[in-house]
Amino acid sequence: MIKTDILIIGAGPTGLFTVFEAGLLKLKCHLIDALPQPGGQCAEIYPKKPIYDIPAFPEVLAGDLVDNLMEQIKPFEPGFTLGERADTIEKLDDGTFIVTTNKGTKHHAPVVAIAGGLGSFEPRKPLIENLGHYEDKGVRYMIKDPEFYRDKKVVIAGGGDSALDWCIFLADVAEEVTLVHRRNEFRGALDSVDKVKELKDLGKINLITPAEIVQLEGENHLEAVLIRKSNEAKEEFWLPVDEFIPLFGLSPKLGPIADWGLEIEKNAIKVDNSLDYQTNIPGIYAIGDVNTYPGKLKLILCGFHEATLMCQSAYQRIFPDKKYVMKYTTVGGVTGFDGSKKEAPKAVVKAIN
Amino acid sequence: MNPDINIIITDREGQKHEVVAPTDMNMNIMELVRSYELAPEGTIGVCGGMAMCASCQCYILTPQIELPDMQDDEEAMLSEAFYTKENSRLGCQIQLTPEMEGLEIELAPES
Repeated sequence: MIKTDILIIGAGPTGLFTVFEAGLLKLKCHLIDALPQPGGQCAEIYPKKPIYDIPAFPEVLAGDLVDNLMEQIKPFEPGFTLGERADTIEKLDDGTFIVTTNKGTKHHAPVVAIAGGLGSFEPRKPLIENLGHYEDKGVRYMIKDPEFYRDKKVVIAGGGDSALDWCIFLADVAEEVTLVHRRNEFRGALDSVDKVKELKDLGKINLITPAEIVQLEGENHLEAVLIRKSNEAKEEFWLPVDEFIPLFGLSPKLGPIADWGLEIEKNAIKVDNSLDYQTNIPGIYAIGDVNTYPGKLKLILCGFHEATLMCQSAYQRIFPDKKYVMKYTTVGGVTGFDGSKKEAPKAVVKAIN
Repeated sequence: MNPDINIIITDREGQKHEVVAPTDMNMNIMELVRSYELAPEGTIGVCGGMAMCASCQCYILTPQIELPDMQDDEEAMLSEAFYTKENSRLGCQIQLTPEMEGLEIELAPES
């Protein structure tokens, strides 16, 4: 059982900044995210895109924003449960919560902050008949342990960064790597495209474009995929494979959170915006893109504000008898749980003679 | 003076909606669909309009009305999307202009 003060669901910018504001109040945080890395949409969908409305950053890449937040919260030593989706919540008699993930990891906290953005990212599945039949029997939508593919025949479908990057990586691991994409052009970073071309020329990757995988075959486990070329002739051929990895990106789904008894409106969680962004269940807050209230704007900067106020309320909930006096970081400095201390240098007093 | 235009949108349930769209608010088709709430929030415009998710894919039913050419990123995204047809476009990449009076589109299924 993982124990913490504030359990944050969603490790996007809002969730990450919550760790900082909680840390100033000496509250510890733990984050759960369905993606294998922190950063949410910023890291998964548009890491290389600029954002222009973060106060005091005329321009910042989404990926850099995440890196900066991770740096800022480091002293507060947040815990992470990544690659797992928060599935169920249980309220105990003492008013605390137990949140369990789809992998069975249990988390115990007096306060839960849902910073889930648009929901957890689920792989987008291609429209192939019988695809579901082969799931975990030769079809996987995410690569968790590359070693699993050692000495296997692998076919990857897709044309974005993840398809290219995994092709490059698995070229050295798998017995055979084939990349199938609907067109000749790829959407990924230029150096990844160049690297794939190089590996193709070296005979380490089979590149089949423009083409699609249209059918799967196998007794109890995937044995072959039918590839249809998208040229005039529309020729088809069977490719023997052990594993098929469709990488067509991820799409967010609110998912199990929708069944937690929270008031939902337009795929978002209703909160009290006049006070502390608490939901209809005391002790559960919702901040950032996942919440809604009159006048709501889904902006990162609004999420930061919501996180800050939410932490004050969480503090009062955890320490009902204490009175917290807000101190500017410039005055009070930042004292990390790791023993680090940042503070403004003392002014130098010098006389003029 | 930029006039409002009339656009017909068939939602994912097959229901037709005739909507009035402004052409002076720097608005695109994805945003138009959202402003009239013709698809549930969270199922359209997921990436915010960066041509990076295809949740605003639509089919253009009025080929005679000229639309802006497809840029590389839109074409690339559509090549990875599902349910694509010859007349597929990403709504977020089509800015509303007075020339689009009478445009008819159909939203592609959610994926």
